Amino acid sequence: MNSFYPWLILLAPFASATVITLFTLRWKSLSSAISITAALISFCCSFLIFAQSVTAAPEFVWLDVAPIFRVQFGLTLDQLSRTMAVLVSGVGALIHIYSLGYMRDDEGKSRYFAALSLFMVAMLGIVFANNFVMLFIFWELVGFTSYVLIGHWFFRDAAADAANKAFITTRIGDFGFMTGILMIWMITGSVVFAEVAPRMPMFNGHGTLVAIVALLIFCGAVGKSAQFPLHVWLPDAMEGPTPVSALIHAATMVAAGVYMLVRVAFIIQASQTALLIVAWIGTITAVMAALIATQQDDIKRILAYSTLSQLGYMVMAVGLASNEAAMFHLFTHAFFKALLFLAAGSVIVMLHHEQNIWKMGGLRRKLPITFVTFGAGALALIGCPPFSGFFSKDAILAIAYENNLPIFALGLFTAFLTAFYVIRMLVIVFFGNPRSDSAREGCESPPVMTAPLIVLAMLATLGGFAFFARNFLTLPTEKDAAVFVPVLAVIALIVGVGLAIALYRGRSTEPIKVELLRRKFYFDEFYGWLIYWTQELLARVATFIDRWLIDAGAVGGSSRGTWGIGAVLRLIQVGNLQAYAFLFGLGVVALIYFAVMR
Amino acid sequence: MITLGDYLVVSAILFTIGFAGVMLRRNLIIILMSLELMLNAANLSLVAFSRFRVGPGGLPDYNAQVLVFFVITVAAAEVAVGLALLVALYRARQTTDVHDITSLKF
Repeated sequence: MNSFYPWLILLAPFASATVITLFTLRWKSLSSAISITAALISFCCSFLIFAQSVTAAPEFVWLDVAPIFRVQFGLTLDQLSRTMAVLVSGVGALIHIYSLGYMRDDEGKSRYFAALSLFMVAMLGIVFANNFVMLFIFWELVGFTSYVLIGHWFFRDAAADAANKAFITTRIGDFGFMTGILMIWMITGSVVFAEVAPRMPMFNGHGTLVAIVALLIFCGAVGKSAQFPLHVWLPDAMEGPTPVSALIHAATMVAAGVYMLVRVAFIIQASQTALLIVAWIGTITAVMAALIATQQDDIKRILAYSTLSQLGYMVMAVGLASNEAAMFHLFTHAFFKALLFLAAGSVIVMLHHEQNIWKMGGLRRKLPITFVTFGAGALALIGCPPFSGFFSKDAILAIAYENNLPIFALGLFTAFLTAFYVIRMLVIVFFGNPRSDSAREGCESPPVMTAPLIVLAMLATLGGFAFFARNFLTLPTEKDAAVFVPVLAVIALIVGVGLAIALYRGRSTEPIKVELLRRKFYFDEFYGWLIYWTQELLARVATFIDRWLIDAGAVGGSSRGTWGIGAVLRLIQVGNLQAYAFLFGLGVVALIYFAVMR
Repeated sequence: MITLGDYLVVSAILFTIGFAGVMLRRNLIIILMSLELMLNAANLSLVAFSRFRVGPGGLPDYNAQVLVFFVITVAAAEVAVGLALLVALYRARQTTDVHDITSLKF
């Protein structure tokens, strides 16, 4: 069925971003109203195409250098993209509404909402793109809006630095991604997914080549989905406003990498080597991030590391060639992680932008709605049955158990760590006694903030049940061997929860300090050192060459040489007419001498 | 018998006098006059060459004489322009001394 609705999904937020940027920057309420309307239109259209199972939309030729390079501006409409569109626009719309409360007094509200709208365009563009070029452009646009939104409070150095860090780090991955796209185009002669897929046999017999291409494409996902070793930007991105962290750095943008991997799974799955590397990168990320999260003090950073860890699970699933499990976890994770961030935002606003969990405490009485919804999100995150996270994480662990036991063991260990650090956070923030003045005298957030929390809490609770999720996704099939996997997962969960409660109940300071984990495995220091000895060194050598050889030597030298010759020649200009005449005469004599005598 | 060499000696003496005038005198008018002297020295030698080089039919070679007419014409034009410049210069500077005219010096 051909329909115009898919285009409307993209055009509504695009129009909103344009109108706000061009005309209504001055009227903040109007800007936010426009942006929220656009997000709701997007959501309604997404839901419509989802309900009607729209499979085709009008498309037009965008770049045409026939016959070698031809890009249609077309949309992929299959179950995957339709579900993803509902997810992105749904969570996006809720976060737009929540932002109304969170950003109510912000100076740059119009700018914020314009960027949010632009992000919606870009993210939905990634979801619908039917070729690599379009995907890449929206991919970069997402990176740009992420940069703008992380740096929303650009007057704070930390925010500006974090924005730069996010942008530059993801750029490293995107470089690989672009190279991968170019290689695919060179080899298969097409950039359209539907045309590349049947041409994959062209790679037969070139195992190394296909592994390289797959890993280059994977590079993009490593950057965008913050996988090891390019994960360092995500925790810092928490300098942005909390709704942004929820929308971009938890629910949607970081999931774009996983979505992209699922979309181009035919390339990744063409190489066993690539699959193995992808799976291990995911596993390493999951374990490492969970370990770091156990020792962090900033509520948003804990959530950021948990996001990393969960993204690690998704990438692990992709690497185990189970797209269904990856998408299932992406689906449930979007709900509960957005929920956790928004609830954390509610706490942060109430405490006047205090993010240190040791300054909180006893908040369950002050913020009952936030507490209940945060609790639901936390239980979903740690995979407590029957919350949504249980089902999706169980699916991934089951796949891991069938395919690769070491990965399964590490996945289980991560599940234990997840339970440990989430319950640690929950206990410190919501139980015990208030540990600061602002924590003693808070009150619940306005309904415009709690309403999205409640909606998301219901989704986080129900999202994993087959009767609900089946409508949106192809669920991974359960195998017989998987029977005792959930049992092991629940045991890991109980151990983690028990340990956390035993350790942190009634505490007001951190009882154990592991410097290695508190400093995030020294990744930032290591990268700082690496940059200092590679790029900085190169820059210094280049500076030397530029300053002394090129500037002082070539440029300055020719200038000074001209001056010197001029200074000598100027001695001839004595200003005496007869001297000139004499020289002229000499010249004539010389000419005659050379003309006649020679 | 006056030979070609005699004419050339006279011409060379005239040219040297003119050149010395151009080099040594400070008054621009005199310098111009000396220039004319040098031109006429050249003319003299040309005419002498014409007279002593006999062409077909025992006639002198007229090419050199034609050249002399051209030189005279150009010299007249040169004097006209040169004196006009000189007058303009005198009006501006109240001097015709070349040692006072050093504006082009660095």
